[in-house]
Amino acid sequence: MLPTLRRVLAGILLTAALAPAGAAETTDGPSGRMQVVRVLTMRDYNTRVVVVGVSLLGLAAGLIGCFMLLRERALLGDALSHATLPGIALAFILMTALGGSGKSLAGLLIGGTVSGVIGVAAILLVVHLTRIKEDAALGIVLSVFFGLGVVILGVIQSLELGQAAGLKSFIYGKTASMVFSDALTTGVAAGLVILVCLLLYKELTLLCFDPGFAQAQGWPVVLLDVVLMALVVVVTVIGLQAVGLVLMVALLVIPPAAARFWTNHLPTMLLAAAVVGAGSGLVGALLSAVVPRLPAGAVIVVAAGGFFAISLVFGRARGLLHRLRQQRRLARTVAHQHLLRAMYELSEPPTAASAPATSLRFEQLLGQRTWSARQLRRTLRAAVKQGLIATADGDTGYVLTPAGRQAAWRVARNHRLWELYLITHADIAPSHVDRDADEVEHVLDPVLLERLEALLSRQYPDLATPPSPHRLERIAALAGAAGGTGG
Amino acid sequence: MTPAVIAAFEWLPLDTWIVMVGALSAAACALLGSFLVLRKMSLMGDAISHAVLPGLALAFLLSGSRSGVVMLVGAGLVGLLTTLFTEWVHRTGKVEQGAAMGVVFTVLFAIGLILIRLSADHVDLDPDCVLYGAIELTPLDTLRIGSWDVPRAVLVGGGVLLLNTLVIALLYKELKISAFDPALATTLGINARLMHYLLMTLVAITTVAAFESVGSILVIAMLIVPAATAHLLTDRLSLMLLVSVLLAVASALVGHLAAILAPGWFGLTGVSTNTAGMMAALSGLLFGLTMVFAPRRGLLSRLWQRADLALRIAREDLLGILFRLEESGRPPRYRAQGLLRRLAVWQLGRRGSVLAVGGTTQLTERGRLEAAGLVRSHRLWEAYFGTHTSLGPDHIHHPAERLEHVTDAGLQRRLATSLGDPVTDPHGAVIPPADKPAPSAEKSLPPKATGRRLEQ
Repeated sequence: MLPTLRRVLAGILLTAALAPAGAAETTDGPSGRMQVVRVLTMRDYNTRVVVVGVSLLGLAAGLIGCFMLLRERALLGDALSHATLPGIALAFILMTALGGSGKSLAGLLIGGTVSGVIGVAAILLVVHLTRIKEDAALGIVLSVFFGLGVVILGVIQSLELGQAAGLKSFIYGKTASMVFSDALTTGVAAGLVILVCLLLYKELTLLCFDPGFAQAQGWPVVLLDVVLMALVVVVTVIGLQAVGLVLMVALLVIPPAAARFWTNHLPTMLLAAAVVGAGSGLVGALLSAVVPRLPAGAVIVVAAGGFFAISLVFGRARGLLHRLRQQRRLARTVAHQHLLRAMYELSEPPTAASAPATSLRFEQLLGQRTWSARQLRRTLRAAVKQGLIATADGDTGYVLTPAGRQAAWRVARNHRLWELYLITHADIAPSHVDRDADEVEHVLDPVLLERLEALLSRQYPDLATPPSPHRLERIAALAGAAGGTGG
Repeated sequence: MTPAVIAAFEWLPLDTWIVMVGALSAAACALLGSFLVLRKMSLMGDAISHAVLPGLALAFLLSGSRSGVVMLVGAGLVGLLTTLFTEWVHRTGKVEQGAAMGVVFTVLFAIGLILIRLSADHVDLDPDCVLYGAIELTPLDTLRIGSWDVPRAVLVGGGVLLLNTLVIALLYKELKISAFDPALATTLGINARLMHYLLMTLVAITTVAAFESVGSILVIAMLIVPAATAHLLTDRLSLMLLVSVLLAVASALVGHLAAILAPGWFGLTGVSTNTAGMMAALSGLLFGLTMVFAPRRGLLSRLWQRADLALRIAREDLLGILFRLEESGRPPRYRAQGLLRRLAVWQLGRRGSVLAVGGTTQLTERGRLEAAGLVRSHRLWEAYFGTHTSLGPDHIHHPAERLEHVTDAGLQRRLATSLGDPVTDPHGAVIPPADKPAPSAEKSLPPKATGRRLEQ
């Protein structure tokens, strides 16, 4: 867990360090440089407020997003954030009509929360009461509610109520105008999310991984779902101002999806998602403060996208490189074991186990399987380095060392046990078992071997080194002949 | 902006064009939407319509013009890339489909926003325009065809509609099979993946063509909502396509009317609002209405079916009770309690099956016939369970009680034949004979007039 974390942190710091450096080149002149330094050291009060607020938002969204991702409801946040628009616009009209300023943030956010909750309820209703599937229900609520919001905004515009322009900031976000109270609100919301996640950690985990089991165990699944939704609503509504409702879903989806590449362990994933979320907020806020005209919300999302791309490639648990490495390691092991078995089978028939091992020529080995010369040479080199195979006859021949002979015997035995099992118990013709056994010989574990031995011990007396069901001498002779004529 | 001063409602040629633009774009979207909804890929439309933003911006930056073709190509390519990226992240990165979509389209949209903002001096593109379009302005941008000034948006919308119709008509069978059963499609030699990408390309092209006039929000609404509404109304794909197109056109027409008129209903005279938004909201209203009132799958209809069934069972149970009371020699009187039973008694009385005497209820001759049929079914089932299953005599009543309501004359006859026409059930009760052709199913009852005459 710790090395994972260290890598995540290192990656984030690296990106954070590189990204503003790249941005710095776009501003020129000494005054520009000064400005960059000022921003990066957060000497401005405003920058500090924005950076802290946005980072906290990213942290909270990352945390709660993990549970949403695992609950397979990643895109619910999208519908939810779009569904807040009519509420915000209506709240504006209502507050103006009542003689208020219409711009009271709390009032607007309450309106957004109400219509967001109605939107989520509508999704659940449509899914439960009709044959419409969840994806279409999300799309319906998203587009219809947003359309409704646009309609009400249109009314507000043509009424010329003034100050209406501020409402647009909910659509695209207006990070730079964040003030201290906004950061405080975000902080409180983030604290709430962290607290609930800690208190209900076990319950939420259960809900995400096995809701059926949770229900059977008597947990209030519906209530837990409602709590989860409520947290998402809180985070979304708080985040509207910062990144806007179109992109809010990015903060809920991307950090958890990125964190998932680094770990298979939920607490680590939560931590990593929080770090990625906060990191994206940090990078985005700083970058947009350095480069003029850069929309902060969009930069935050692109920064999160960058973290996602890095995680996709380098993630330690599911990243592409990691998986590639695993695949290659497996391929090497398989090739290695195939080589050992080939040498064992070539040298087995004429010589007893105690006799000195025969030296085999490269061509002989090459004829034993369908492998390329390059592949064989590489595998041979690795095996020689491991001390399982030694060169003989002045580097023209290869011979199994005692350790190699032991390993080769084990692989050959696995292979033959499986072949015998297939012949006796699966009723497969001896000519057809070799391919199957080829695949299984590498993965037989001791427990399985024991059971195979128990199953086969009655029919086959010599299980220590069972005979091959094929005529190996012939194969070996043929290979030898081919190698002989070739050489 | 909307033509803000339309004091009284007045239909102008302008309005006709606006409705036409909306209807053509909406119909083009709705055609594809049916396939998206059936394949559970509705949100791909959402993703693509957001993700084309950077494509538009780049095409504009590179070509320096708002020429339709360049924009169409640029955005179409990005739309296809969105599909490929999403697929790739989903398969290679093993990220859940929804999340993969969310990652890809938000990042692309954000990149688009940044591109537009950074080149604000050169790009005459407004993110607002992308989100909710400027359908009210489309009639002003016209092309001269013959002696007509036709708005460009009408031509674009019509073209896309034509393209979609053509592709769907030509590949109807292939698209249909791949939508319902991709595995079957593959075994039949149809390339389901190719169909998928073809569909996504069409979605991208349609989105891009429509975005300028109606905005992406209307595109998403029209891709999903009419098709989902049609899905509630029919089980046939061909009909679903037709219905969704009609719904889309209706939303466009009524949406425009409502955009002009609706503010007036709230006492805001001289105010009109965003047409595209209203069209989207209208399609949502149509969906809501369908959800409640649809003939077979609507909530009301399902509620009604359930109530109807409950009432029939109450009626039949009542007849059974009265019959058994008579049979046991007790006074065949029954006082109905509860709304459902009272309603059942009332219905049976109207039909002439029971007679209300002094606040109690008795069977008439006709009712006795019906009841005998029901009780016969019940006891035959008990006999059947007693003979053919290992259920004990104390466990056969409940299943028989349930089955008696769904046993028609034919089934009753076969039941009796297979049991060798038993006289009594396992409890020893006499099974009423079937000499009179009046088994349980109400359909085969004699006409009402007979009942009345019997009663008299």
